[in-house]
Amino acid sequence: MALFGSLSERLNHIFSKLTKRGKLTELEIRSAMREVRIALLEADVNIRVAKEFIATVSEKAVGQEVLASLNPAQQVIKIVNDELIALMGPGNAKLEISPKPPTVIMMCGLQGAGKTTMCAKLAVQLKKQGKRPLLVACDIYRPAAIDQLRVVGSKAEAEVFERGTQNPPKTAKEAVEYAKKMGFDVVVIDTAGRLHIDEKLMEELAEIKRTVEVNEILLTVDAMTGQDAVNVAETFNSRIGITGVILTKLDGDTRGGACLSIKAVTGKPIKFIGVGEKITDLEPFYPDRMASRILGMGDVLSLIERAQEAVSEQQAKDLERKMRENSFTLNDYLDQFETLKKMGGANALMNMLPGANKMKIREGEIDEKKIERVRAIILSMTRRERDNPQIINSSRKRRIALGSGTSVQDVNQLLKQFEQTKELMKRLKGGRGRMRLPF
Amino acid sequence: MSLFGKIKNALKKTKEGVSTKLRQLFLKNKLGDAFYDELEEILISSDVGVATAEDVVEQVKEEAIGNKVKDEEFVTDLLKDILEDILNEAPVPKLEYPCVIMFVGVNGVGKTTTIGKVANWFVSQKKSVTVAAADTFRAAAIDQLNVWAERAKVRIVKHEEGSDPSAVVFDAVSSAKARGTDVLLIDTAGRLHVKENLMKELSKMDRVVTREYPGAKFYKFLVLDATTGQNAVNQARVFDEAVDLDGIVLTKLDGTAKGGFVFSLCGELNIPVVFAGVGEKIDDVELFDAEQFVEGFF
Repeated sequence: MALFGSLSERLNHIFSKLTKRGKLTELEIRSAMREVRIALLEADVNIRVAKEFIATVSEKAVGQEVLASLNPAQQVIKIVNDELIALMGPGNAKLEISPKPPTVIMMCGLQGAGKTTMCAKLAVQLKKQGKRPLLVACDIYRPAAIDQLRVVGSKAEAEVFERGTQNPPKTAKEAVEYAKKMGFDVVVIDTAGRLHIDEKLMEELAEIKRTVEVNEILLTVDAMTGQDAVNVAETFNSRIGITGVILTKLDGDTRGGACLSIKAVTGKPIKFIGVGEKITDLEPFYPDRMASRILGMGDVLSLIERAQEAVSEQQAKDLERKMRENSFTLNDYLDQFETLKKMGGANALMNMLPGANKMKIREGEIDEKKIERVRAIILSMTRRERDNPQIINSSRKRRIALGSGTSVQDVNQLLKQFEQTKELMKRLKGGRGRMRLPF
Repeated sequence: MSLFGKIKNALKKTKEGVSTKLRQLFLKNKLGDAFYDELEEILISSDVGVATAEDVVEQVKEEAIGNKVKDEEFVTDLLKDILEDILNEAPVPKLEYPCVIMFVGVNGVGKTTTIGKVANWFVSQKKSVTVAAADTFRAAAIDQLNVWAERAKVRIVKHEEGSDPSAVVFDAVSSAKARGTDVLLIDTAGRLHVKENLMKELSKMDRVVTREYPGAKFYKFLVLDATTGQNAVNQARVFDEAVDLDGIVLTKLDGTAKGGFVFSLCGELNIPVVFAGVGEKIDDVELFDAEQFVEGFF
């Protein structure tokens, strides 16, 4: 992942020579877009899609005013980011529910995309909404596919309808009839993985669609798919007419550019994303998060925005002075945590930070409770201790631990973190008149 | 025209093969910067990584300028040679027997299907084969491998779903040793390379084989889906760190994806492609051939 998360750095480098403010010039945009193009391609956005995207965005960007609060690099990122979100959105996590039950959902996609697992995940989701789903096994080709659906179906506590290796359109028809009779409101049809160029199997899908009234046809796509995603999506869409897309395996480290490619060629909403192997690992799709992921740089802009809202001018100035004088104390550290809270908590912030995943920060690792603990520890210190943490010896540590209801290890850990933060701040020195964020 | 419309139009081009694109390119352009830019794009559109594509184009440029050539055939041949050279940098290991081959990879790349086909391939080479169902996690994975074992007419060692995969490996190794089986193929559960605990589980299986069967050659093959994009390189890197890979099996080459990431793999990580999967039938696997692959690439 040599280049992961470095787009903002590279852009900043390009723009570092340009101190002038005002409108974005064509030259600035052209050099920035070269970097954006590489970022998109490395994220597996289809090259044609990337080219068109950049052409359109560049056109829009020329002559745009650089907002007072941003530098030119950030301004370009903002434009690119906004356009990415616009192109991929809106996320639409709702399934089309037929007024006349049962609603029929057909899953389709290449081999190994994760259709069978996704059927069970949808069943869990539907049950949460008070529906009664029926899963239908129409993958008669892959060995043990029916068994697999039966196992994941039982995990989801959903009934599985199967007719062995009987022809799938016929099975689908019988399943819908069965659902009507037995009062199931949603029928989820699992189909065999097939190559989009396998005419015989594509015809089978079309036949299922002709045989039963299908409300949703969901194309399930592996988020790690490369340039070929456009061919796959386009063929499935033109041949069968999909109504939405589900991206799977987003719990990996793929940048997921396929998402943009698919949306660009089909225009169909991305309804859900799969984020793990458990049957509850299904999430709605958020275009803004996906945009940051594709650019590989976290949600830099909203971080900037929130930082500006939360840190007042005066606070920022004070902080900067302290950084300059290297007199950042535990009191200031506490202030930082208060600010962090105002910005939506540490978790929200970590998610937005570029390269946060590189630092291997797992969900929940920074929990709000820990922040509360830090607060308690600092508040249990005397003023002198807060100003000069080096005087905190072991007997002081014991007192602080007692006072804050924590342990000496906790106190040690906090002091270590504080030193690291101080170190980080030293490195960030040199912002011009305004607090600079670390990117 | 809307952005959607434009992209759709533009994409029509990508369905054409590399060679068609090259021909059009020659009709349109003399060997100038625009030509080389497009050459790079052609490579990228087959999932060759940006950095590798740049390198390759740079090499073509140097050669072409040095030789003052301007015709299509020359550049095409040059390109093929360069690509083939990259693949040959990582030579395919000559298999020695008895051996154990453990197949690893992310979810859904086709590990189980590959093992079925590879088992059959070894049988056709007159080798005795045992398969071990060490994917005890995915629902019905054991049943799936069982069907393949029956098709290929080979022995299978399996436990219950949910049991310890290392225990399956241990039993399979003992059985292979006792019977003097030429080839033991181990199926493992699909795992995303970012899940550390699952990668540790893999290292454990690795250790069991190394410790229990020192008399056999032990190969570890990563199964990669040709449809994958640049993430394939991340996958290879992390799996290589975990179990020290000996080779790649490239699957799903019967689709429209080209698997261009293998050039980055061979070039950067020095891991050779050993087998190529080209379909779901039992004989749809073959030994990888760099020349043929590059030919098919065009």
